Amino acid sequence: MTSITASTNPANNTRDESIVFVVMAVILAVVPFTGLYPYFVMQALCFSLFACAFNLLIGYGGLLSFGHAMFLGTAGYVTAHALKVWGFEPALGILLGVAASAALAVLTGLIAIRRQGIYFAMITLALSQLLYFIYLQTPFTHGEDGIQGVPQGRLFGFIDLSRPLTLYYFVLIVFLLAFLLIFRIINSPFGEVLKSIRENEQRAISLGYRADQYKLMAYILSGALAGLAGSLKVLVAQNAGLTDVHWSMSGEVVLMTLLGGLGTIFGPIVGAFIIITMQQYLAQFGQWVIVMQGVIFVVCVLTFRRGIVGEIAHYFKRSL
Amino acid sequence: MQALYAQLLVGLINGSFYALLSLGLAVIFGMLNIINFAHGALYMMGAFVAYFFLEYTGLGYWWSLLLAPIVIGLFGMVLERTMLHRLQGLDHLYGLLLTFGLALIIQGLFQNYFGSSGLPYAIPEQLRGGINLGFMFLPIYRAWVVVFSLVVCFATWFLIERTRLGAYLRAATENPTLVQAFGINVPRMITLTYGLGVGLAALAGVLSAPINQVRPLMGADLIIVVFAVVVIGGMGSIMGSIITGFALGVIEGLTKYFYPEASNTVVFVLMVLVLLVKPTGLTGRAN
Amino acid sequence: MIKAFSALLFTTALACAGSAALAQDKTVKIGALSDQSGLYADLGGPGSTLAAQMAAEDSGLTQKGWKIDIISADHQNKPDIGSNIARQWFDVEKVDIIVDVPNSGVALAVNNIVREKNGVYINSGAAASDLTNSQCSPNTVHWTYDTYMLAHGTGGALVKAGGDSWFFITADYAFGAALERDTTAVVKAGGGRVLGSVKHPLNSSDFSSFLLQAQASKAKIIGLANAGGDTTNTIKQAAEFGIVSGGQKLAALLLFLSDVHSLGLNVAQGLNFTESFYWDTNDQTRAFAKKFQERMRNKQMPTMVHAGVYAGVLHYLKALEAMGGNSHDGAKIVAKMKEMPTDDPLFGKGKIEANGRKIHPAYLFEVKKPSESKGPWDYYKLVSTIPAEQAFTPLSESTCALLKK
Repeated sequence: MTSITASTNPANNTRDESIVFVVMAVILAVVPFTGLYPYFVMQALCFSLFACAFNLLIGYGGLLSFGHAMFLGTAGYVTAHALKVWGFEPALGILLGVAASAALAVLTGLIAIRRQGIYFAMITLALSQLLYFIYLQTPFTHGEDGIQGVPQGRLFGFIDLSRPLTLYYFVLIVFLLAFLLIFRIINSPFGEVLKSIRENEQRAISLGYRADQYKLMAYILSGALAGLAGSLKVLVAQNAGLTDVHWSMSGEVVLMTLLGGLGTIFGPIVGAFIIITMQQYLAQFGQWVIVMQGVIFVVCVLTFRRGIVGEIAHYFKRSL
Repeated sequence: MQALYAQLLVGLINGSFYALLSLGLAVIFGMLNIINFAHGALYMMGAFVAYFFLEYTGLGYWWSLLLAPIVIGLFGMVLERTMLHRLQGLDHLYGLLLTFGLALIIQGLFQNYFGSSGLPYAIPEQLRGGINLGFMFLPIYRAWVVVFSLVVCFATWFLIERTRLGAYLRAATENPTLVQAFGINVPRMITLTYGLGVGLAALAGVLSAPINQVRPLMGADLIIVVFAVVVIGGMGSIMGSIITGFALGVIEGLTKYFYPEASNTVVFVLMVLVLLVKPTGLTGRAN
Repeated sequence: MIKAFSALLFTTALACAGSAALAQDKTVKIGALSDQSGLYADLGGPGSTLAAQMAAEDSGLTQKGWKIDIISADHQNKPDIGSNIARQWFDVEKVDIIVDVPNSGVALAVNNIVREKNGVYINSGAAASDLTNSQCSPNTVHWTYDTYMLAHGTGGALVKAGGDSWFFITADYAFGAALERDTTAVVKAGGGRVLGSVKHPLNSSDFSSFLLQAQASKAKIIGLANAGGDTTNTIKQAAEFGIVSGGQKLAALLLFLSDVHSLGLNVAQGLNFTESFYWDTNDQTRAFAKKFQERMRNKQMPTMVHAGVYAGVLHYLKALEAMGGNSHDGAKIVAKMKEMPTDDPLFGKGKIEANGRKIHPAYLFEVKKPSESKGPWDYYKLVSTIPAEQAFTPLSESTCALLKK
């Protein structure tokens, strides 16, 4: 199977990437003082995390999942329920959400991993649709209404998260830590093996690596991190709904990652920010946003396959 | 018991619809290895073209049945020439993403101009009314849908699997270089094939206009189900899609009788089960 | 002493100027939040934004020095998107009032946000009677209609007219279930029976199977507890299967002018349903409708949702004028709105109850036959009028916490 992603990645690029990371962290840290609406940036951060998690699977694992919304939504529902109905403290609620989506990832991964390429994508789509239906029917999700008015609570019992500034820094710290985790995974021996499987699975197997196990591991990690994004998002927006498990959400994360650059580290973040900004500031144009997203898809696939960050990286012959 | 027969018959009618719709998708994937996500949008365009013909030129249903697939087929060929062509040789998934983007564009544009309430399209004079079968009242139009779909499905299968043109098409997609060496214009074959698949989608659209509201999102709801049908049937297989389409209609009909809320989802349960046991689908060829 | 006196004078003047400046804040920002692109775009959508604009113009306040801004957004029928937009509108855009919001799920979500931010909320598009019962709020006015009105209007009238056996085709989500539940209560109270019901997935395209079940039940009335595309598809396919010619009657529990337009009279004739506004009722409604139609891009006539937005915004602006300025205090403004009786060209005279429910008469309509219609949009004939007190939940039965003394 020909790879869907760019494949050059010299080993000594961590210095460039670290610099970009520090710059990014600093910029994000001062955002609340620039007058930008913090909720908007927090949403963008959650989606960036979602896209990074998705990218882990496709950019480095070579597997296109068309059902990733199921992780975002599952963790969201579980966290919302934990915070609102059980009155849990936010960190515990988030942990529960992540655990739920990790469990889901194990379950669906065992089913889906055996297949590759388009069949893998189709299975994930089917599983995600099944889950959508289950959530539609089960009472705890409140169906079309969703879970509203989720309290933000006090982190560890004393940090009041209903103050926007506090919440923002909490979300930012979690995001940066998760990002570093992904970075670490990609640049670890595990990550290298994963990349080699993506390049040429047969050869990796002939070298003695159990490809299926590595792919499953990547899938579970990706699912758990997508779940983290979902839990954070529910904390920010204070509601959890069917939108988060619908297949169009899965399509959106593909769009964000594609636009930013599949297989680049910072690509998904750029892609997520652009798409969220577009949806936000062009909301009054209604359906034109959908048309624009379609145009971006088409343009990216035809002429811009490396995505924004990918093109920049290619131009400077670096790895980002 | 009578009610059950009625549901099965209705299921069969719906199944013929699924079969016709998935036929185009199967042709495109089987021949071109393109996962045509825009299929639903093109189906919708077929229905709209029928509406336009009636509204602005007075051409009725029977004309639309002939002309709409040609018009939309040509549009499809243009899409193939200008965009899909460039993705040859790349991973299949790029085709999926491109057509997904096209679907968004087409549906978004139609929604902007036509809203979402739907436009009326009447059943043609000759096909109105119904027959009382005893256990149910069968509208003539629905019977026509079954007959017409069967004919088209069989004709398409025959064309692809049993005629020389079909053989060229199949060969061209299996080994383009070799076939080109024989002097056959392979790119033209490919464009034609895509046009054929798209035309079939538009045909299904015209067929559905009198019974479903003609609205911009009419394809979006169906596309996922149609994918499931093609995947279950075996992604390269025309016969597989046809059989699965009909089978799905019947199974859905039964579900609507026993557990109606699940009727939209039973197809995905099937898809997961089939993909687990036989990933190339019921009659698919191993790739 | 003169110094002290002038200091006093000065501070008093300053204080007066300060409070006068506050009281004379004549800026208003209205947000029309609707479904601009999906199922409900034609019954609300851009038409609601236009209706709000027309109300702002007709209020005469701009000539008196007021500045009225109107913005709109698309909630795409998703509660999370709706509440995010609402929150942002209050935090960043400094919106004072949110209007329209069709789709009960979104309506309830926005209700919470408006209460939290002490804004004003005039809901014209949603059916959820919860807005004036369990979820009532001092910041909310529910205009136009709700599930009680629909159930009692259509259900009550049909049962009285002899439709004593019912079968429901219900959309499988909260709104559908609520509508079925409310109508069932009315049917049973009127001495009728419910022979059965079937739930279909939202946004189904084929209803033949459900219609067959309805046919087999031999119920006199088939109640459609669904909306939008689902309703129009059911009706269209019912015509195919000869349901009405077989003697059964269809009761569309929620139908709008835009739906009848898209069905066409051939298919829709004979349908019974309840609405609270029709453009062809009197000269005033006709005048409004004509102006509305001219300015709408798709040249549609106003639905009752559009009328509700117009009337609601008009009343809101009247209240602001009576208060001398925009205090930006939602609860106070809504209290004023409840205090003042309403009077507008579209709904006539009425009032807003303490639980936020705007009451006005409801009308049972029947769709004309093609031969009876004199032109496009001439679709309804009036069957009966339900007086305001009967059309909505009596206060004694309302579960709104605001009513408890």
